[in-house]
Amino acid sequence: MLKSPASSQTKPLAVNQTKQRTKTTFALNAKDKYYAWIFLGPSLLILSVFIFYPMIKTLYLSLFLTNTVGKPTVFVGLSNYISLLTSADYLSSLGVTMVYVFAVTILTIAIGLVLANYASKELAGIGIFRTLFSATMGVSVSVAAIFWLFIFNPSTGFLSLISTWLHLPQIGWLTDPTAAMIAVTITTVWMNLGFTFLILLGAIQSVPTTLYEAANVEGASPRYQFLHITIPMISPTLFFVSIITLIEAFKSFGLIDLMTKGGPTNATNMLVYRIYKDAFYSGNFAQASAESIILTAIIALFTWLQFKILEKRVNY
Amino acid sequence: MNIVAKPKLSHTILNYILLIVLAAVVLGPFLIGLWTSFLPTMDIAKGNFLSLHLSLQNYIDAFTQTPIIRYLGNSLFISVATMIAQLIFCSMSAYAFVFLKFKYRNFLFGLFLATMMLPFEAEIIPNFTTVKALGLLNTYSVMIIPFLTSAFGTFMLRQSFLQMPAELKEAADIEGLGHFQFYWKIALPYNKISLLTLGAYSFLGAWNQYLWPMLTTFSNAYRPVQNGLRQLQSEETFNDWGMIQATAAIVVIPTLIVLFVGQHYFKSGMNEGAVK
Amino acid sequence: MSITLRNIRKDYDQNTEVLKDVSVKVETGEFFVIVGPSGCGKSTLLRMIAGLTPITGGEVQIDDQVVNELPPKARKLTMVFQNYALYPFLSVWDNVAFGLKARKLDSADIKQRVDNALKMVSLTKLRKRKPRELSGGQRQRVALARAVASDAKICLMDEPLSNLDAQLRIKMRQEIYALQRKLGLTLIYVTHDQVEAMTMADHIMVLHDKHVQQIGTPSEIYQTPANDFVAKFFGTPQINILPAKRSADNDHILNVSSDLEIALNQPVPAENLKIGVRPDDFKIERADGVSSNAVVKNTEFLGNETIVYATMNSGSDIHVVVDGQVAFRSYEPVKVTASSKLLFFDQNGNRINLAKEALVHA
Repeated sequence: MLKSPASSQTKPLAVNQTKQRTKTTFALNAKDKYYAWIFLGPSLLILSVFIFYPMIKTLYLSLFLTNTVGKPTVFVGLSNYISLLTSADYLSSLGVTMVYVFAVTILTIAIGLVLANYASKELAGIGIFRTLFSATMGVSVSVAAIFWLFIFNPSTGFLSLISTWLHLPQIGWLTDPTAAMIAVTITTVWMNLGFTFLILLGAIQSVPTTLYEAANVEGASPRYQFLHITIPMISPTLFFVSIITLIEAFKSFGLIDLMTKGGPTNATNMLVYRIYKDAFYSGNFAQASAESIILTAIIALFTWLQFKILEKRVNY
Repeated sequence: MNIVAKPKLSHTILNYILLIVLAAVVLGPFLIGLWTSFLPTMDIAKGNFLSLHLSLQNYIDAFTQTPIIRYLGNSLFISVATMIAQLIFCSMSAYAFVFLKFKYRNFLFGLFLATMMLPFEAEIIPNFTTVKALGLLNTYSVMIIPFLTSAFGTFMLRQSFLQMPAELKEAADIEGLGHFQFYWKIALPYNKISLLTLGAYSFLGAWNQYLWPMLTTFSNAYRPVQNGLRQLQSEETFNDWGMIQATAAIVVIPTLIVLFVGQHYFKSGMNEGAVK
Repeated sequence: MSITLRNIRKDYDQNTEVLKDVSVKVETGEFFVIVGPSGCGKSTLLRMIAGLTPITGGEVQIDDQVVNELPPKARKLTMVFQNYALYPFLSVWDNVAFGLKARKLDSADIKQRVDNALKMVSLTKLRKRKPRELSGGQRQRVALARAVASDAKICLMDEPLSNLDAQLRIKMRQEIYALQRKLGLTLIYVTHDQVEAMTMADHIMVLHDKHVQQIGTPSEIYQTPANDFVAKFFGTPQINILPAKRSADNDHILNVSSDLEIALNQPVPAENLKIGVRPDDFKIERADGVSSNAVVKNTEFLGNETIVYATMNSGSDIHVVVDGQVAFRSYEPVKVTASSKLLFFDQNGNRINLAKEALVHA
């Protein structure tokens, strides 16, 4: 059945057929059109229904007022956006998200780099450390939340125990706004470490050893080599992981829901969590749609940046 | 990377100490969680962290009193189904973009790329309406169908297909292989490593889904494990830390084993995707 | 700056010995070439001198100081790597300056040294380019400039020309040689290419099978190889090695596997021998079936000479270089004769110093 369009198009003459097929690599071929539908159709359908359509629909909803079941009622133009961008509440969410995103990205990269650097040394048994350092890749969001919720637990948690033993003041990890932000950041960084470590380790290991040998002969110290050889050599990968981490942090939802529910007093009310609450708790679909579009714009910007960097990835 | 004639012993020891400290920091939360999962909740509540009343009771309770096995089963089914679907549909669309010539090819590819910029999190409102209208709420399908394919997977496999030598296709043309035969017999086996990477990636992606299942499932029959664990915490077991840690351990241990065993493949594949 | 190696040994672990008992003194300003087939340990030896690979046994001494325990940077030497080890993200100028900056030299001094070095390898115009924008030969020159700029008087080179095409290799060979002479460098140069060794070296060390086979000037190595391995390694086409023994009738006559006899003006030892005949020391002529002792297999015409491949009646294969163009057909019977310009080896392959006369003849 799959063959039928082919045989109806081409004469079943062997020589003829060979010629025609060879040309497919270089020129438009009428038959390819049918195959294209078969090969591309399923993906195109799924993406249309669950990505393209909802994006347009979200954009559309963001320009209206909506009733409680999410049906658009009155066209209001950009006023949803204007009210968002002038609301102190939303701007605070935006600010909180920014602080979180950049703190997570910087810490993840810095710690990942330290791990990767030490794990790249050729020592006996180093493979064990490489495996251990990558362990958090296997941790899903809810498991991470449980581990860290216990550590941060105010009454029976690990940190509060330590504080008691050492006679230090107790910190309300999840009840103090600043501390809650720190707690969520630490947990996110910890979850990210495994993946970041593996990517950076791979990059460091692919730096040719003769570069270090040449530097050794010329008298460069290990520190100088790290700063002037390792870092520039892995800089394309550093950019890549930074952007990935950044984008993922913008989309954070699970940890927030599990650890703080956006609180205390909106201190960790990040963009996605806000969309969820505005839409599915408050029923304000129009505003949530406008928030979605703003989130999309931010993420699209960074993804585009990533493409640009990947394009001229070899920056030297 | 630090090559000298003979590394000093003190230097080596210092390196090991640093590595051990770093490992302790990374693994700390695991170890604390694992340790408390063996302790009676009473001891944990009293702050008796170094209690020696170790037992498997928390695990027995977790298996018998919570639907944790059901949750794991749900997640496993959803993740495997998503993985298989993505492997098939992403490789097919990648094939079209590399080996087929058709009108609007570049335009369509641009559309695919554009979807990588659109976060699913920002589209939950219309998507929720869609699946509700399709009557998919609280089913396995609702957690699989929207993720049958992915633009990222298509992009990744396209890059991989592009690196196949052109002679392979030409030789296949000369031997008279059709597109389906070339796709199945040559393109897929040739790009095994990339497929493996995408498989792992899509499996983990589905396994870690949180927001979407939370919106679309309401019963333990379909709830995947991430949301299941949340459910357990919010139920009466709220302060039963021993058992909660046991459920976390039950979820994380199989993943860790798979990760450690599969790490070799994973690492090489990821670096291909990231660096090359 | 002279370099002395004393009984150098290298094991990778208890069971794999890579090098054994290497001793040599490289004099100040000498062009010293270490040559051998791949896997003979020559790069390992160089890396031990540089300090990049630990030494298992023996001593490396630079001038009067034993340097076994010193890190590379304390040995005051430079090294040119096979793949040049250029930093891809730095310009030509910065590549040359890298080591100087790492050692925190005064910036005016760095500028002067780098500019000088680039001038010396004629790269001044390309100083702003990145390595990927350079040809192979130019990259090679950047690596050389780095060695020049460092001011160290010892330079180590690990197969520096092996990534270049044949024509460029000849050109760079000459440039390296000129540079070494001009700067008075003590240069230790590792290669697997006997032509590079022969054309540049003051002294050659031949390494094979973990051992030093011979150390000598190019002409010593060629004229009086220590053994049949060295004889075969130098000279193209390769020397012919054939079994031979004293003729039963006359102790001044050498019988080469009953195929031909060579008259010597001195007695031939009684033991079984191997003789080495350079391809141009054979003579070959057409012969009828009765007087022939070999059959032509094929010929290769190279322009100014022709290589004739033939099989002796005893079955030994030989090759002979004949001036100009000769036309032998395949399977044509020929008569092969040899002069008394021969090398003699015992059954173990070690050369026997037969007689001065034999060489005088040559």
